[in-house]
Amino acid sequence: MVPAVAHAAPAVVRHKVSSEDWIMRGVLGAIALYLLVAIVLPLYALLSKGFQDRDGNFTGLDNFTEFFTTPALSQSVANSLTISSISTVIVVSLAFVYAYALTRSCMAFKNLFKGIALIPILMPSLLPAISLIFMFGKQGFLTFLLFGNEIYGPIGIVMGEVIYVFPHVLMIIMIAMSMSDARLYEASQSLGAGPVRTFFTVTLPGIRYGLVSAGFVAFTLIITDFGVPKVVGGQYNVLATDVYKQVVGRQDFEMGAVVSMVLLVPAIIAFAADRILQRKQVAILTARAVPYAPTPSPRFDAIMTAFCALVGIVIVGILGVAMFASLVKFWPYNLSLTLAHYDFSLRDGGGWDSYINSVKMASWTAVIGTCVIFTGAYLVEKSKGFLAGRAAMQFLVMMPMAVPGLSLGLAYIFFFNHPDNPLNFLYHTLPILVICTITHFYTVSHLTAITALKQIDNEFESVSASLKVPFYKTFWRVTVPICVPAILDISMYLFVNAMTTVSAVVFLYSPDTALASVAVLNMDDAGEQASAAAMGVMIVLTAGAARLLHAVLTRGLARRTQAWRKR
Amino acid sequence: MTGKDAYLKVENLTKMFGDFTALKDISLEVFEGEFICFLGPSGCGKTTLLRAIAGLDIQTHGRVEQGGRDISGLPPLERDFGIVFQSYALFPNLTVHQNVAYGLVSRKTSKPEIDKRVAELLESVGLVDQEDKYPAQLSGGQQQRVALSRALATKPGLLLLDEPLSALDAKVRVRLRHEIKALQHQLGVTTIMVTHDQEEALTMADRIVVMNEGVIEQIGTPQDIYSRPVNPFVADFIGTMNFLAGVAGDPAQVCVCDIELTTSNSPDGIQKDDAITVCIRPEDVATRGVTPDSDNAVLTVVETLEFLGSFYRATLRVQDDGKTAIRADFSINLVRDLDIKEGQEFTIALPMDQIRVYGEIFAHADDLI
Repeated sequence: MVPAVAHAAPAVVRHKVSSEDWIMRGVLGAIALYLLVAIVLPLYALLSKGFQDRDGNFTGLDNFTEFFTTPALSQSVANSLTISSISTVIVVSLAFVYAYALTRSCMAFKNLFKGIALIPILMPSLLPAISLIFMFGKQGFLTFLLFGNEIYGPIGIVMGEVIYVFPHVLMIIMIAMSMSDARLYEASQSLGAGPVRTFFTVTLPGIRYGLVSAGFVAFTLIITDFGVPKVVGGQYNVLATDVYKQVVGRQDFEMGAVVSMVLLVPAIIAFAADRILQRKQVAILTARAVPYAPTPSPRFDAIMTAFCALVGIVIVGILGVAMFASLVKFWPYNLSLTLAHYDFSLRDGGGWDSYINSVKMASWTAVIGTCVIFTGAYLVEKSKGFLAGRAAMQFLVMMPMAVPGLSLGLAYIFFFNHPDNPLNFLYHTLPILVICTITHFYTVSHLTAITALKQIDNEFESVSASLKVPFYKTFWRVTVPICVPAILDISMYLFVNAMTTVSAVVFLYSPDTALASVAVLNMDDAGEQASAAAMGVMIVLTAGAARLLHAVLTRGLARRTQAWRKR
Repeated sequence: MTGKDAYLKVENLTKMFGDFTALKDISLEVFEGEFICFLGPSGCGKTTLLRAIAGLDIQTHGRVEQGGRDISGLPPLERDFGIVFQSYALFPNLTVHQNVAYGLVSRKTSKPEIDKRVAELLESVGLVDQEDKYPAQLSGGQQQRVALSRALATKPGLLLLDEPLSALDAKVRVRLRHEIKALQHQLGVTTIMVTHDQEEALTMADRIVVMNEGVIEQIGTPQDIYSRPVNPFVADFIGTMNFLAGVAGDPAQVCVCDIELTTSNSPDGIQKDDAITVCIRPEDVATRGVTPDSDNAVLTVVETLEFLGSFYRATLRVQDDGKTAIRADFSINLVRDLDIKEGQEFTIALPMDQIRVYGEIFAHADDLI
């Protein structure tokens, strides 16, 4: 199309940048700078370390050659892939049936089963593994079920991982299932298709993206998880424990960098695949779809109840055994009750201080993280102009999702512990743990905020500009109050994850800033399994309390600040 | 209108989105107190033009002047306008009172003054007793009025309405048209409304700006636009129109479907044997007292009679060429008096002063044939 103004080259209109725009850009720039320091530069430090020797000389691919030619190390790749594949298949199958029961049957106690399934989210991944040892270890009461096999090794890892990632996978599949359109089922039935054919022609195709996405998420979580194999892996090496061993055990940071880079590969692939799939998933459900409502069927409902009860018993059992073992004198020989294992001062790991540190760290993470992430999401979503800055920001916020915790933690060592880094003073402090944790869980929180912000009318900013009200006043008076539920969700997510995470922070704590989750690891390492379980239980209780508080707050605040939602 | 200076001047405005030209060299003047409608199909650039005037999406080239001040590159915060969006964009967590007072609070107006102004505005839109309700508790029409009050609260020099009625039920829409028009008239505020609804534009506007594909097709009063459309696009977009392909004959003569017609509206520059389009509105087709000997008489067969409540719309097949269809409005009386039935022969006339001739071939989108 030729512009009709060809007769004279017209001047392009210069936009006057208002002071408001500068504020917007300044804040956005500050958050981008934060992400630059918190993820881009550390990651660069990590990547470059992989191509250096101990003295910092560039060595090209030597480290990688060494990695793949050392049988002990390259064996870990095969082990990791095997374990992750097997666990993924099992957990996706179990979660699929469980989700099917919750969304497509008329069984009773759905909310109870949903709640039980989410329990593992409240645990550091170390805890289910410790429980497995109480159940299936040398003195375990269920060891006979292994028929002479050992829990230490692949069997234990698979069992632990399946429990650990079950809630994550379940949630993805449930969302996919709840998005099915009832009209398709009616159409299928009216065309004479039986239940089996309907299942394969309507149900499965409808959730295939959700299933694949769940598979990727499970695989990534498992291959990058460090807690389960650390506790129950025995002699069976996987990549995640290798990073830890190279760095903490052998002080070989370069090889640690190489292994954690190898760990980045599946994470990045999974991340990319998930992004692509999500885009496709959106198109399936139109606004006019009718939600599917299951019809009662006594036999089917009974089978589903039995299945969920079985899974539920395992999950509750895992938590129950950990609790019980932490409360008895000497599992399994002396079962008289005691609180002795909760006296952490006598054990490795930093005592009760580590628990207090964890609560502090999690609280700061929740408060600061929520403010930063929500403000950042608001500016990305609602600001006008400054396209380059916003595009850069959109890229930056997605990066943390693709970086496993171990890699992030190691990257932080390289970056922040560098003697020339002016931010060096942060190393070994509580703030660096907070920064690391906010960054680690940035992406999901950001996406939650974006989802909430997208539901808000885009013209609020235009209206307030026309009324000469600066955007930040409208942000504070309108946007934030409307988004209170999402803001609470984000802070709860950050708090719970900060309480349970081990992977990134395991490289970053100092004796003064030991954390509860790390204490679980260290007490387990020292053979103090009962105390490790006790600390694990403390984490679960705290995270559970946070969730409860979140539920109460959401309901209470909803009543007060969200009164306008009611008609 | 040319005597006084324009309040709002848009000069050679062009807006590009990447390679796409959304507005091409638009120039326009709006006078103080005028009610202007931007009318056009979706994607014609009318909302883009409104947003450029508001500074929400600043134009690529061109000038905008308001009240003698060059505002071309200013951010919305530094301009003087109030705006109502299709979605109203009412703040859902604030009451009606808080919404209307929103712009006043930041102007350091004292509280009693704010309350007085809000009460005054709500009274003028008939929402006095709704002050403490939240937007979700109001009907669509009430929400619309709150949005209007909020936009007017700060006494802006220019009121911008972006499809303000299209989210409402048909009946509420009709009532609000009159209310908005009356309020605008009473306040005398210069107003620009964007709409794709021609009826809305015809009933509310002092002048209508018809837009299509980023350019202005015609500017004029509603009567002008309706009865003297400058080209087939405007003729087609406003109201219903018959488009008949033909060729030019001797001066003031055209030949359509093998029938010679006389016209008084032939444009300049048309040579004999040029392809042309002849237009006439269904309601302008003469139906009573027409004989085959009348001027511009056309013999037809009634093909369908569509009952539309207060009249019938007939589709008539021209007998001479057997192809062309002409739509004509038959009053209820006519159909009853002459006992018109489908399939019956019927003679109409195309009055020569109602025919419009355009020197271009116009392919009508939903042609009946």
